[in-house]
Amino acid sequence: MSNENPLRNEIVTEEKKTKKKKDSASTLGKSKTLLATPYGLWMAAFIIIPLILVLYYGLTDGNGNFTLDNLSLIANPINRKALWLSLKLSLISTAICLLLAYPLALVLKSMKLKDNSFIVMVVILPMWMNFLLRTIAWQNILEKNGVINTILEALHLPALNIINTPTAIVLGMVYNFLPFMILPIYNTLAKIDDNVINAARDLGANGWVTFKRVIFPLSMPGVISGITMVFVPSLTTFAISTILGGSKIVLIGNIIEQQFQKLGNWNTGSGLSIVLMIFILVSMTLVAKYDKDSEGTNAW
Amino acid sequence: MVKKIAGKLYVSLIILFLYAPILVLIVLSFNKSKSRNKWGGFTLEWYQSLFKNDDIMTALYTTLIIAFLSAIIATIIGTAASIGMNSMKKVPRTIMMGVTNIPMLNADIVTGISLMLLFVAVNYTLGFSSVLLAHITFNIPYVILSVMPRLKQTNKNTYEAALDLGASPMKAFFKVVFPDIMPGVISGFMLAFTMSLDDFIITHFTRGAGVNTLSTKIYAETRKGIKPEMYALSTLLFVSVLLLLVIINRRNDSISKKRSM
Repeated sequence: MSNENPLRNEIVTEEKKTKKKKDSASTLGKSKTLLATPYGLWMAAFIIIPLILVLYYGLTDGNGNFTLDNLSLIANPINRKALWLSLKLSLISTAICLLLAYPLALVLKSMKLKDNSFIVMVVILPMWMNFLLRTIAWQNILEKNGVINTILEALHLPALNIINTPTAIVLGMVYNFLPFMILPIYNTLAKIDDNVINAARDLGANGWVTFKRVIFPLSMPGVISGITMVFVPSLTTFAISTILGGSKIVLIGNIIEQQFQKLGNWNTGSGLSIVLMIFILVSMTLVAKYDKDSEGTNAW
Repeated sequence: MVKKIAGKLYVSLIILFLYAPILVLIVLSFNKSKSRNKWGGFTLEWYQSLFKNDDIMTALYTTLIIAFLSAIIATIIGTAASIGMNSMKKVPRTIMMGVTNIPMLNADIVTGISLMLLFVAVNYTLGFSSVLLAHITFNIPYVILSVMPRLKQTNKNTYEAALDLGASPMKAFFKVVFPDIMPGVISGFMLAFTMSLDDFIITHFTRGAGVNTLSTKIYAETRKGIKPEMYALSTLLFVSVLLLLVIINRRNDSISKKRSM
């Protein structure tokens, strides 16, 4: 990878043969690298330093003395219960999203559309209607006298009572984050060369074996990034649980939000955020691992 | 054949799932009753009173301005960063890409909180500009992730050739490289604009009193009940984007048809 530009390097080294090898990195390349400087500074100021501030608040008490109390507050029954429920609901939603999105991506791939901008459009378009409003619309659909129950009643079927339950929250999570599962999986599937699949079939693999040994492994990077892109926002949401869970169901996101916006307790809020980030870091490590793997196959 | 029909049915069901709440909101925008739960007959009243509602119009204006400015600035910084990172050695590039992934992978709530802590720490008043800075921050990665793949696909030799033929680096870039990465830049801008428009959590933490985007305004209204004008406004927004996309698609189709002729 270090030899990204053999031609330019060759020309430059030939011109500057007398000079030391160090100088052979062309000045052009250097000035191009400078273009990343504003972004580098921006990231340092608005990503790195703010995260350090969260660490600082999370690891100190109100007077600025070092403490681990904020972190251990996660063990308090209310917080522990909220974190546990958040983990459970976000894992369930991630699994449902995967089970819905993968077959969909397979079907879309088999349709062989000319360009995939249509799919991106269909999936992204709902975002132009505010996500809170869309989630509120689910109240209308799920309510006692809502759309679903009206239909069920007309069919003389028993009513569905899921508004203000964890099920409604899972539905809200699946609804809001499904696009983030569909797009990466579809993108990796669409890139798989048909010849690779045909080769597997020619070598005697049946449909299932082809899927298990060829298609699924090749789509793994998309699956992994889909999983993180659904799992992280589900784990940390507070708006979906507020709207669809009534006031009784509290997720870890709700607790952190309250610490900051209602109670003004930044140290506790930061401490709980650090605990959340640890969970996210674990999933990031997984992503990094699979990203590396996929880079290897790309190079091939 | 059966498989094909089943596949199409499945796609339609998912599309129904994604668009059902949107249908509900469109229906609500024509509902005479102020309550979300009752159908009081058809009316266009909310579409008329919408434009007289200063609160909503200000929030709309703030939302659009922030989305537009943050998307433009993020596109410029992000495109420049992509070009710079692309000519970097592997190690610094990997580090930069790693940091780029942080806001993408980190929870929005943590990003929002951390930015709020930053603004407070440096005594920066929370308001319009803090929201704008926050939106630029989470938008840049989307631009980089759209531009980077395009940049990797471009043939470097054409740029070298332009230089050999006497073009200045600037000219070579704008005449040769830029047209190649243009689709990535545009989709990065569109993605950034959409993300900014739909953001609630980060705005919630970085806005000051008195500054409202549509998202934060809606959230404040969730408990007391959403004003019906909000449904009318979001219907208008949705329909205009839909029309715009259909027109763009039609035009692209006719262009490609002409070319193939």
